[in-house]
Amino acid sequence: MIRIWAMIERDLRRFRRSPALMVMSMVMPLIQLVVLGYAFGGKIKNIEIGVVDHDHGVPALRLKEMFQAIAANARTFVTVPYDDEATALRDLREGRINGLVTIPPEFSRKVLAGAAPRLGLIEDNTDQFASSALEGAFQPLLAAYGQEPSGVRLTANVSLAVVEVYPYVPYIQYLLPGTIVLAVFVSAMIGGGIIFIDDKARGLHEGYLVTPITKFELILGFNLAGVAKAVLSGFILVTIGSVIAGIPDPLNVFRLARMLVLVVCTALALISMMFLLVVRVSDPLLPRALFGVLNTLLFFPSGAVYPIKAFPSWMRVITAVDPFTYAVAGFKSLVLKNTGLWAIAPDLAFLLGFTVIAMGAATAMFKRTL
Amino acid sequence: MDDIEVDNLTKRFGDFCAVDRVSFNVAHGEVFGLLGPNGAGKSTLIRMLTTLVPPTGGVARVNGHDVTREADAVRRSIGVIAQAMTSDLDLSAEENLRIFAKLYSIPRAQYEKSIGELLEAVDLVPWKDKPLKMYSGGMRRRLEIARGLVHQPKIFFLDEPTTGLDPVSRVAVWELLSRLRRERDLTILVTTHYMDEADKLCDRIAIVDHGKLAALDTPSRLKAAVPGKANATLDDVFLHYTGGDLRDALQNPSGYQMPARPGR
Repeated sequence: MIRIWAMIERDLRRFRRSPALMVMSMVMPLIQLVVLGYAFGGKIKNIEIGVVDHDHGVPALRLKEMFQAIAANARTFVTVPYDDEATALRDLREGRINGLVTIPPEFSRKVLAGAAPRLGLIEDNTDQFASSALEGAFQPLLAAYGQEPSGVRLTANVSLAVVEVYPYVPYIQYLLPGTIVLAVFVSAMIGGGIIFIDDKARGLHEGYLVTPITKFELILGFNLAGVAKAVLSGFILVTIGSVIAGIPDPLNVFRLARMLVLVVCTALALISMMFLLVVRVSDPLLPRALFGVLNTLLFFPSGAVYPIKAFPSWMRVITAVDPFTYAVAGFKSLVLKNTGLWAIAPDLAFLLGFTVIAMGAATAMFKRTL
Repeated sequence: MDDIEVDNLTKRFGDFCAVDRVSFNVAHGEVFGLLGPNGAGKSTLIRMLTTLVPPTGGVARVNGHDVTREADAVRRSIGVIAQAMTSDLDLSAEENLRIFAKLYSIPRAQYEKSIGELLEAVDLVPWKDKPLKMYSGGMRRRLEIARGLVHQPKIFFLDEPTTGLDPVSRVAVWELLSRLRRERDLTILVTTHYMDEADKLCDRIAIVDHGKLAALDTPSRLKAAVPGKANATLDDVFLHYTGGDLRDALQNPSGYQMPARPGR
């Protein structure tokens, strides 16, 4: 046991001397949280919509007034009137406007006759987010238009009363669980993988290998030292990130304690995975090259930035074995739903099981000789 | 029983034979020098004796323990100074020594006393709290020597301990080793490229070339055995046993020609 502590002490003393590297491992996820959180989290506003009115009737005028109401209130879109369709289409293609609504010549007559009038919406579908927002704004607007007393309703509309279980979750809060896991991962990458290989390349391991330390003690020492640093990094992210993301009661001691348990399990899983990947590597450049690949391969399929249910089946295979997935799911539960540890027991069990398997494999693969 | 017993020790890396059936013994208290050109197999030999590289064939016993089957017992009885400096540059001298004392499971009271003595022995007490990155090459090497002795080993292996050091630091390291050997009753196996050092300090010298043991004797006998040289130095001995390739190249008319010096 004393030898394992010696390895941990060595790493923590080094960390205390030059913490800049580990601080950097927290800065990147924090920047990502703020930038991505606000870049993707806002509601889309002020989409410019051209309107060509070929009808000029009272129902068309009423429709345009409703457009103005949207522009003045929700501001999802603003309208730009056009006299001719050709000019409007050219502006749409050249990016001056994002969509074009055409009110056809027979619109008013069909409205008054109750004959299913149609509006044309030509949208710039190169931007799926703007298109979706536009369609999302138009559907309720036209539904409301259809409920005006002038029309005769033939069928009863079924309305849906939505009850939200949790308070509104802005995207930055949705992103926080993934960011915490990312901070632990970056720390595992630097504090585990990169330092391990750099020490090996500098010959430090040769010094340890001539002592009576066993390979299990050596691997456990390296792992636990990495875990200590990753836990520190992850827990700082939990605290600062919760404040930045505006989580209600961010410094709740009980929730922070539950999160600490999950940070520890996440750090164990990611550090042991990192050691398994680098245990036979000698080239100091390899983990640096591996970093980007692993980041993409593990972070995005985990559900950290987009719901897993939208993924194709091949990606769900990665999702199923990716420790990020279970860590992110656990943090979502603790951060966004404020659940207890029992609710995330399957996630914790996966992370601990993954740790045992990865650490066992890394120990088996570790060479006690040069 | 000798402290080091090497019998037909062999190491192959694929088709390449780095150490080829080498045999020798080192008696207790002896300073045994291992000389040879770069790539001769000295480091591989020392790495096999220190359990870092498993032998392909033959037997080696260190302090009575087989290096393959009783590696742990070997590690407890030896101190090793590798060719590359293996101490942690981010830690202080004292921290480095303490970490290694713990790796050998030495009780705290014992290592606190021993570290103080060693730091004094290697003359690093004033700098004991400074990180190694601030040390000169000679200071680092002295710390490595202290680190190799932190668990009070019986046998000390040093792979080119003075390479890269200035003459003053080299002399300091060798004086230190001589003193430590006397004070701690050490057996020392050392590799070096400096013939003068080997001549003065080694009781016996083995010359290794192309993985084979080319010669083994005391420095005076090795020098006396060089043909055609009345006052041969250890450099002559070295060239006699290992300079074959160089001599062949100079004597080969179709081979490489030494360029004429300007003005001659």
